[in-house]
Amino acid sequence: MELFASLWMGFVVAVSPINLLYAFIGVLLGTLIGVLPGIGPVATIAMLLPVTFNLNPLAALIMLAGIYYGAQYGGSTTAILVNIPGESSSVVTCLDGYQMARQGRAGPALAVAALGSFFAGCVATLIIAVAAPPLAEVALKFGPSEYFSLMVFGLIAATVLAHGSLVKAIAMVVWGLLFGIVGTDVNSGVLRFTFDIPELSDGIGFVIVAMGMFGTTEIILNLEMKEKREIFTSKVKNLWPSKDDFKRAWPAVLRGTALGSALGILPGGGALLASFGAYTVEKKMSRHPEQFGKGAIEGVAGPESANNAGAQTSFIPMLTLGIPGNAVMALMIGALMIQGIAPGPQVMSEKPQLFWGLIASMWVGNLMLVVLNLPLIGMWVKLLTVPYRYLYPSILVFMAIGVYSLSNNPFDVLIMAVFGILGYVCAKLECEPAPMILGFILGPLMEENLRRAMLLSRGDPFVFISPSKPISLAFLLASLILLVMVGLPAIRKRREEVFVEET
Amino acid sequence: MKIKSPKDFWAGLMFIGSGLFFAIWAVAHYQMGTAVRMGPAYFPVLLGGLIVVLGLVIFVGSFAFEGPAVPKFHFRPLILISLGCVLYGYLMKPLGLFVATAALVVVSAFGGHEFKWKEVLILYVILMLFSWLVFVRGLTLPFPLCPDFIANCPIR
Repeated sequence: MELFASLWMGFVVAVSPINLLYAFIGVLLGTLIGVLPGIGPVATIAMLLPVTFNLNPLAALIMLAGIYYGAQYGGSTTAILVNIPGESSSVVTCLDGYQMARQGRAGPALAVAALGSFFAGCVATLIIAVAAPPLAEVALKFGPSEYFSLMVFGLIAATVLAHGSLVKAIAMVVWGLLFGIVGTDVNSGVLRFTFDIPELSDGIGFVIVAMGMFGTTEIILNLEMKEKREIFTSKVKNLWPSKDDFKRAWPAVLRGTALGSALGILPGGGALLASFGAYTVEKKMSRHPEQFGKGAIEGVAGPESANNAGAQTSFIPMLTLGIPGNAVMALMIGALMIQGIAPGPQVMSEKPQLFWGLIASMWVGNLMLVVLNLPLIGMWVKLLTVPYRYLYPSILVFMAIGVYSLSNNPFDVLIMAVFGILGYVCAKLECEPAPMILGFILGPLMEENLRRAMLLSRGDPFVFISPSKPISLAFLLASLILLVMVGLPAIRKRREEVFVEET
Repeated sequence: MKIKSPKDFWAGLMFIGSGLFFAIWAVAHYQMGTAVRMGPAYFPVLLGGLIVVLGLVIFVGSFAFEGPAVPKFHFRPLILISLGCVLYGYLMKPLGLFVATAALVVVSAFGGHEFKWKEVLILYVILMLFSWLVFVRGLTLPFPLCPDFIANCPIR
């Protein structure tokens, strides 16, 4: 019953008043910003990351996790009410959620989304608590070659699941790796790609890159389009779903939770794939498939539970292996590193309070999300009526303060602007920024492990696929299989179909 | 030869160019080392080469497969938003928080669809007060408030 003892310890830490406060602030801020259209969890976390620098590591992580669920939930709110997905994983929520809102049933849709997410969050938290310790144990036995292959697998999986061209996604990852190694080389002390700019000798801050590529780029892209929004403020009246709604929704919640938890663990998986998968499953299982797209409550309940479960279980590879499965987890790892903690399997044994406290706080955060959001839905809706021309200068001010306060150096703000422009060009050429952020975080780690593995094998590149390293071999084989699968025309076509609904 | 997919054409060129740059710069300035003891240039050259290959695949593909045109670039928001941020950073030390915030708000507001002085002014006052009270007073960020040339800043 070590598990319960550990969980109990986590809860004791998580419900201390100060940590509760941080979870609350995180969830509130996350929802507040996540509700704003066009700003998803990644941009929200990137924006608010500097706020957590002065906190202790656990409080910082609790707050960031809170921001994550908050933003995720906020994204669903906008999807239902205004048909604007706050993030890619709530795209499918738009399909039926918005139709429900048009029929005056925005209340039940929002409530089912919240309750389904809460249920999924509870289950996923338990899964993390059960699955993480044994996984971390395995990970402790990993040597440099296993780590290198695992990172290759993680990056490949992430690109396979990004939408658009696979080759472009891989190229973006490599870009990320290259930008990641700018700065002082740890082995030789040589300054690489710093061009005699002293500010670059510590490398490019990844917060700055993330804010540029996700924050400023997003704003510029939004400004291209004319404002047009249709909001059903007046129609959010009766909030509570009817008995019939519940009856139809709960099996969908169960299925969504199961699917989401499984997909979330995969590197590169997480919330997006989970919500798409769950929608397809619900449509197939339903006795009334014709109602889908016209306001079927299952079409909200399934994907919403799935994306929350997936969001949650995507913490597993991050916590146990130190490998981010998606861009949000990359940001979390960045936050840990800024706090002076090297993410990886040792965190659990060396900092049990941090580890279990975070897990317990996930549950607390999910509870807060429900408590906070059900009464506040009306307020979030009001927030949506604020025109974008007031919103974006405010967002810019907060981003600029955040980046400037990193080291009180105007150069950081300049770099953010540069990456904003780069992100804009990439968006125009259909190159996804998310894989780049993953590569950016993993760049130095990957080089380090490659060097060590090659040193240990005396320069034999076959060490990664030798039978004496079965784990490394398995990861590389899995990556290859993934690549081939996506490369095959039949599957490629299917993958395009899945993502077609997005545009 | 006709370019069938302009997006891929330019993306390919972009990747090839950047890959070549990283690889050549690394070879010219840092030591390669050997596979056993990798020098600082080894990994960047490897990655640079990889990205050139990927870029070539995209580039060649742009002549074979149909694809959409590159959407129009909107330079007004692009330049004004970026400029606003940069101004904020570089005006902070010499002119202080209030002027820097004004520059960011006004310049970025010009990047939008409509610009009304009255609205922008109200927005500025709110954001200025918020930054001052929450970030400088509340979170004690060490931002200068007044311009450099005012010796005794009356605001704290």
